[in-house]
Amino acid sequence: MKGALIRDLHVAELRSAAERLMDSGGRMQMVYAWNPPDETPELRYVATPADSQTFEVWRCKVTQEPPSLATIWPLLGWYEREVMDLNGIRFHDHPEPNRLVLPQHVPPPLAPPGRDTAWLESPPNGTGIRTLPEVPTEDVQALPFGPVRADVLESAEFTFLYIGEHILHYHPHLFFKHRGMEARFQGVDLVRGTILAERVSAVGTVAHALAYCQAVEHAADCIVPPRACWLRVLLAELERVYNHLHYLGHLANTTTLKVGDAQGKLLEERGKQINTRLTGSRFLRSLLIPGGLRRDLQPKPWLSEELEALRAETAKYVDHLENSESHLDRLITTGVLSPKVAFDQGATGPVQRASAADRDLRRDHPYAGYAELPLTIPTRQEGDAYARSRVRIEEIDASIAMMQRVLLLLPDGDIRAPCAPPPMAEGLGWTESPRGTLFYAVHFGSDARLARVKIKSPSFSNWRVFPFTVHDTNMMDYAINEASFGLTISGCAR
Amino acid sequence: MALWTLIGLAKGKATTPWPTHGDATGQEGLIGMPRYNPDLCEAGCSACAEICPTEAIKTRPDGVALEIDYGRCVVCQLCTEACPTDALTQSSDWAFGVRRREDLRWVEQSIAEARERDPQRNAFRRSLHIRHVDAGSCNGCESELQALNNPFYNQHRLGLFFTPSPRFADLLLVTGPVTHAMEEPLRATYDAMPQPRWVMATGTCAVSGGVAGGGYACSSGLDGILPVDVYLPGCPPNPAAIIEALLMFLGRAPQRVKGGRIGQ
Repeated sequence: MKGALIRDLHVAELRSAAERLMDSGGRMQMVYAWNPPDETPELRYVATPADSQTFEVWRCKVTQEPPSLATIWPLLGWYEREVMDLNGIRFHDHPEPNRLVLPQHVPPPLAPPGRDTAWLESPPNGTGIRTLPEVPTEDVQALPFGPVRADVLESAEFTFLYIGEHILHYHPHLFFKHRGMEARFQGVDLVRGTILAERVSAVGTVAHALAYCQAVEHAADCIVPPRACWLRVLLAELERVYNHLHYLGHLANTTTLKVGDAQGKLLEERGKQINTRLTGSRFLRSLLIPGGLRRDLQPKPWLSEELEALRAETAKYVDHLENSESHLDRLITTGVLSPKVAFDQGATGPVQRASAADRDLRRDHPYAGYAELPLTIPTRQEGDAYARSRVRIEEIDASIAMMQRVLLLLPDGDIRAPCAPPPMAEGLGWTESPRGTLFYAVHFGSDARLARVKIKSPSFSNWRVFPFTVHDTNMMDYAINEASFGLTISGCAR
Repeated sequence: MALWTLIGLAKGKATTPWPTHGDATGQEGLIGMPRYNPDLCEAGCSACAEICPTEAIKTRPDGVALEIDYGRCVVCQLCTEACPTDALTQSSDWAFGVRRREDLRWVEQSIAEARERDPQRNAFRRSLHIRHVDAGSCNGCESELQALNNPFYNQHRLGLFFTPSPRFADLLLVTGPVTHAMEEPLRATYDAMPQPRWVMATGTCAVSGGVAGGGYACSSGLDGILPVDVYLPGCPPNPAAIIEALLMFLGRAPQRVKGGRIGQ
């Protein structure tokens, strides 16, 4: 697979390979399945070996029931369950083999045609999506909340088991919004694929489209012209800034800091209006394409001035937030995520960096123009809601500084190179989205159209982690804790 | 200690005077729905129809003009780039809220139509309580709906409110193509609303399914699931477009689009 090193593994070798990766200080990213034409289905594990800039992809033919690796890499639990639901491939000894994405009566939509082996049947214990513990006493209340919730929010159902204010157990059901987006890519050409990638998660338009484009470019051995690379950085950082400003406003909303909420949302609106003036789209859509950009951008001096004004305004706003004890009191020590849980369950992005991990794909696996730009990667040790907000605050500053540098040094030249992947090509692409690690794995068919696209979104990872910070906390902190994670449901459910 | 009340007051007024005065919609530079000029359309050319990802554009058997359904358009601009003759061009047209689905389909002769008056609806002219349901959107429509409440648009000054309970709602505002899992909660929300009640399909997904509609997990928009009173395509519709559509529904603004064209 282009963009990564391929290793062929037999089903029987999976466990030992996973253990070796763990022992050597590497990192597991995800697993997905696909059906090569007229062949045995394949599992693809994406891993980061220790101290390596190159990702490893383990290719494993599903010749017998594969073992679940979730006991070694807990973060794989959800990926394996998704593979069971969507591809109909069962994992041996899965610790929680319930349905995750689709209800029981829906047959696996991405199962290989004409499957006939017994181990490809639907999961044995998949009786339902909700996995609630047995409650031995009547004092415990069960509160199901959603999927239609108060205010303008994405649909999801949260179940709380609680006594008084105390939450004993929390379970989110996040796949009411599952649209089957990965399947929508099948059979489309690479240009239309970009339009789809832009619409997986709107507030991650650039991150998704860029990861997709880079996957296709890897598959095609396409070199993107420098000017396009630098402009891609500009777009990606504009996206980060308006997302983080929204986050700060929303966090102030949950601590009932009304003016702080309004100020944050107003700054977000300024960010979106800057996006519109520069690109014609509030979400920075209709610009990316495999090979470069669809049209050139001519950032005029106003952009640099606007960004500087936004930076100054944000600094003042943050100063006010930092001087609001009622706000800080609610954030400090709320929703603590330990570095161990963050690593085991696969936390990513600002959430992980607030729990002592110094990891950012822009620096560790550079893409677009990031290799040539000085990067500041803020991290914190505490792992609480305050740490998560601090990481984002410092990222806004770093992003604006980086954009100013791009505007200063932007090279002239072409913005698009020809990009035509050969038949059966495959590639891996990645970005550090505002919410963390995002992967696209693309497989082309013999007709140069997309045969399989796998999307690993940062919210899928962070939603998996989030409940660990909710169990055994209290109701009053819940909304603040959820806001401090900065999650989207569309990215998670796809 | 930050004195937020004073900080807020010192900021002054952030809200745009639009739509009451002026035209500061906040959408400067926005690229909207492609505009069609049939006079420049080359017979036999189908570049736009071939590239359109949602089949919003089709060639007609007579080959003279195109069939364009703005209810399917996701504003991706591929057609404006593919068109060799500038028959389809970029525009700043975004006020696409309409009462009837067919108003979104381009026709050669724009239809002159008397403004509909609904006496029941007139009683709701001054204020409107909206229950929003996300039926599988990409979060773009939500992001813009949430923006209505920011100080720049400040929806409350226009008498527009989101309400947590469907019992208090006059209008059900739906986003997303309606995933199978969301169909039942959506119907339950509608059933819980008191009459009279109305439904607005917001965003191209809710109007026609958009890029996500169909497939194993989704319907193709609201039609056939709930009766729709207002259609607002866009991917996503911007906050000003949502305000325009809501005011149009209330009879406080004109419907700008008829026969798939704006302001003619």
